[in-house]
Amino acid sequence: MDEILNVFSVEAREQLEAMEAGLLQLEEGDRDPETINGVFRAAHTIKGGAGVVEIHSVEKFTHVLENVLDRLRNGEIEVNGDMISALLLGCDHIGTLLDMVASGETEPDDEVRRAGEDIAEQLRPFLGAKAAEKANKVTVSDADVQRSDREGRMNDCWHISIRFGRNVLKNGMDPLAFLRYLLNLGEIAHLTTLTDAMPEADAMDPELCYLGFEIAFRSHASKEAIEHVFEFCRDDCDLHILPPDSKLEEYLLLIDALPEETMRLGEILVKSGALTREELEAGLRRQSGEGVGAGDTAAAPQLGNILIQQQSVQPELVEAAATKQKAVSEKKAAESSLIRVHADKLDQLIDLVGELVIAGASANLLAKKSGEASLAEATSVLSRLVESIRDSALQLRMVQIGETFNRFHRVARDVSRELGKEIELVINGAETELDKSVVEKIGDPLMHLVRNAMDHGIESPAARAAAGKPTAGRVELNAFHDSGSIVIEVVDDGGGLNKDRIQAKAIEKGIIQEGETLSDQEVVNLIFEAGFSTVEKVTNLSGRGVGMDVVRKNIAALRGSVDVKTEMGAGSRFTIRLPLTLAIIDGFLTGVGKASYVIPLDMVVECIELADTSVERDYINLRGEVLPFVRLRELFEVSGKQPARENIVVVQYGGQKAGIVVDQLLGEFQTVIKPLGTLFRNMRGIGGSTILGTGEVALILDVQALVSQCAAAEEQLAHATHGVRRLESHGAAA
Amino acid sequence: MEFTTQTAADGATRMAIDGDLIIYHADEIKRRLIDGIRGNEVFELDLSRVGEMDSAGFQLLALAKHESRQIDHTLRIVGHSPAVREIIEFFNMVAFFGDPLVIPAGEHA
Repeated sequence: MDEILNVFSVEAREQLEAMEAGLLQLEEGDRDPETINGVFRAAHTIKGGAGVVEIHSVEKFTHVLENVLDRLRNGEIEVNGDMISALLLGCDHIGTLLDMVASGETEPDDEVRRAGEDIAEQLRPFLGAKAAEKANKVTVSDADVQRSDREGRMNDCWHISIRFGRNVLKNGMDPLAFLRYLLNLGEIAHLTTLTDAMPEADAMDPELCYLGFEIAFRSHASKEAIEHVFEFCRDDCDLHILPPDSKLEEYLLLIDALPEETMRLGEILVKSGALTREELEAGLRRQSGEGVGAGDTAAAPQLGNILIQQQSVQPELVEAAATKQKAVSEKKAAESSLIRVHADKLDQLIDLVGELVIAGASANLLAKKSGEASLAEATSVLSRLVESIRDSALQLRMVQIGETFNRFHRVARDVSRELGKEIELVINGAETELDKSVVEKIGDPLMHLVRNAMDHGIESPAARAAAGKPTAGRVELNAFHDSGSIVIEVVDDGGGLNKDRIQAKAIEKGIIQEGETLSDQEVVNLIFEAGFSTVEKVTNLSGRGVGMDVVRKNIAALRGSVDVKTEMGAGSRFTIRLPLTLAIIDGFLTGVGKASYVIPLDMVVECIELADTSVERDYINLRGEVLPFVRLRELFEVSGKQPARENIVVVQYGGQKAGIVVDQLLGEFQTVIKPLGTLFRNMRGIGGSTILGTGEVALILDVQALVSQCAAAEEQLAHATHGVRRLESHGAAA
Repeated sequence: MEFTTQTAADGATRMAIDGDLIIYHADEIKRRLIDGIRGNEVFELDLSRVGEMDSAGFQLLALAKHESRQIDHTLRIVGHSPAVREIIEFFNMVAFFGDPLVIPAGEHA
């Protein structure tokens, strides 16, 4: 797909999202004119963009939506549920058309075309006769441009007279911006600023606009294109555009129509090169003569009226014909603070920063070895800078999760309608940031969880009423940061998971054996097993065969985890934990024998000395708490003699604490995560590798796996000793 | 937004504006400018530290000039920041203000 189509389709999708969000707000009773305007503008921008890149299917279809929205905006029709449904379907259809564009087809096939016609048909009741008529007028072309036969005049400039409306500034528009934008179409040969409309200082309101301009504009653009520049303020301002080489009379009419004095305007026109002095004088003489000849002063205003009439037909024509050239200045202004960057470039930058971190570490090490104080100082400054660069580079990739969450408003709406349930979606922590690549990959699993919650979790209103709950079900989406991870929760107040049914189903599917005793949590976790689905009736929302096992697999692929807490009759809570970033982390470097291991620093709680190394137990009493630990030396079978003193790094993950026993604590270390080869993919306890300043490789510990291993061992032990455990006081020093 | 007023060597009052001449400050700018002009026979404006100017800001400068002519006082703009200079030139109003546009060293295009 070529570049411009690509840009168009990205932008159009953004606009579609905005449209959808706006429509949902309208349906919820929001009657803010700005919301309606926003939706209209989005449709308008899509249509304009489609026109520019010549995707007529999108352009034509969006035009229908736009007509409905326009009537809505003008208060000619009222918002109602059917209309919003039809408009939302329209949004979907535009999405479908965009998909086709992305796959290289510019013309829809018959099926899609029919779908589009159906939607258009649904929208027809909302289109008044007037709009339909207006739509037919699209073909009316540019206003007649009359060329004069004035001899010997070579004036190739348009003449633009504009008096900005008083409220332009208050409406957030700046005349300066429009004029600057004009420069995209051509060259301003001469510009005169008029401040005549400005009252005395005391009467002047600094927030009103009193400016007017006479502009000689050299351009090959059409009149329509020039008018478009002022589109956003034209309701508000007095705009006259005369084509190059207009008849002298037209200029005279213009002078009449403008508020300033005739002579002054005449001078301006002469100065800007539109008229010669002789022409002006002759013209004015003739006109005043005619005026007297006609017997009264009514002649002049009449002429003015004709002009105004002529021009006042234009706005409508232009608006109806507004299918081309939608490079809109207002949008430009909003965009200027953002830069679109290709994701690949960003990835490349992060890669380079990663290399920089490694190279920096190596320089640092050499500097320390050399013993030169000034060199060490220089490298330490350097490494601080590298750290900042790393942080800001990673920050570039961070996006707020809110956008992903907002998609679910639509889901909630559709499910409510389809299943006859009342569902309220509550979003918390939409501003929580996480890595863009994580956001992209979490969308589908999240969609599955949310649909499950709405489809299976929330009961029908009747069942809810019977259970003494409010009829409207509530689904919460929460996001927050927690010790180096981001936590996303999907909470519903529905019926909860039915443990008996899960167990029965698991036995039926042969996942567990009959008579096997499982803890409650183990039963609940069965839903993540492959090929598990408890609802007999397969709806078209969830239960499509992709089960919770896929959700878990997808999340695990992001180095995350998912678990569920549920209470019969009160609802369930799915908790997803994900690492904040996939590229570089702050690590804590430790040593066992000759090998080095990195523990993600965010998970480290404290370090303590393991004084009595001879104990065979693998738990200690940490200030009255049982702290299970693993010995890395044993776990990874590191050779070499056990040193006299060992250390415990206390880590925390998902509310569980565990200890990791190492020989040495080597301090903080910026860690660039290098993925392990596919050969090691299934290895437990190792999350990746990194390169140290010395060029040696260090392994990054997968704390999550180690902690759950500890927890499992502890549970086993607890079972073995029937839950009774004797705690010995242990020489643990902080 | 900061307005500092001091007396220049030739006895004129000089007000330096540090900030943006934009609509958000329009009320205050208008008040300061008009008070300055009415209260001083020769009033100088140092705009060399103005970061941004929009149409509203420009309009106020024009208002100030009008006002000064009205009551026969003198308004001089003695320092133009690049933004101010660019906008006055764009609007073709250099002659209207009648002040020399000083281009600081090292800023030649």
